[in-house]
Amino acid sequence: MSIRTAAETRAGDTFGPQTVPVARETLVAYADASGDQNPIHQDEEFAKGVGLPDVIAHGMWTMGAAGSAVSAWAGGADRVVEFGTRFTKPVVVPAGGAQVEISGTVKSVDPETRRAVVDLTVTAAGDKVLGRCLATVQLD
Amino acid sequence: MPVNADFQGRSYPPSGPYAVSAAGIAAFADAVGSDDPLHHDPEVARAAGHADVIAPPTFAVTLAQRCDAAYVQDPDSGIDYSRVVHGEQRFVHHRPITAGDEVLGTLTVDSIRSAGGHSMITTRTELTVEGEPVCTSTSTIVVRGGEGA
Repeated sequence: MSIRTAAETRAGDTFGPQTVPVARETLVAYADASGDQNPIHQDEEFAKGVGLPDVIAHGMWTMGAAGSAVSAWAGGADRVVEFGTRFTKPVVVPAGGAQVEISGTVKSVDPETRRAVVDLTVTAAGDKVLGRCLATVQLD
Repeated sequence: MPVNADFQGRSYPPSGPYAVSAAGIAAFADAVGSDDPLHHDPEVARAAGHADVIAPPTFAVTLAQRCDAAYVQDPDSGIDYSRVVHGEQRFVHHRPITAGDEVLGTLTVDSIRSAGGHSMITTRTELTVEGEPVCTSTSTIVVRGGEGA
């Protein structure tokens, strides 16, 4: 993986969309890795019992998938120095699985610090699921 | 019981240490679909200047949520966890969380506000290793108001 440089990066540059599958097994793996065992992310009956349409992904799984995408674009996970989002809609994961689409647009590049701000768009079933998802990445 | 606004501004003593392992990092990276060798290959990580494999940028939440427990599980906080949804999350990384780190977390309840029958609680966790800051994790949870809220 090569590190992206500030010199080759311009405001308006884009990457993606990248399609990321999310299955029930993905959420079990995320629950085990993160320690968030809330049953709304694993148990269809429980999720429907509390008024959700079906099992939903952890918001932090979705943010994590966006983090993986922007890390790969920048050239490494150590390049992400700030990362924030709002969770606007759940990603519904039926028994047959779902997918999210992730794309990014460079909002600005600071030639002094060689830091870029990237606006990430993450959608599921046509809906934006993350709001104001911004990553600041350190380029070379 | 409504959310107790008296907790606004409260700071907790540091919790932990939480040991970060290479296996824990690899499992988290796999779960969020990252094949970045910095998570999996210590030689690649060392060549990039790290002591060992490093965690994905959102891994810090797993440590911050363990620090949160002292607050959100305190019956006096008035938080009904079955009504909690995650509203916002933000990380400022001072250096990547690295396998072998023994992380301490200091939790502060930055704000508690009400809007439309819901309570919005923003907590901040300062994660440190050997006294050096590694990550600031800021989280806003929404406690949905219910009948009688």
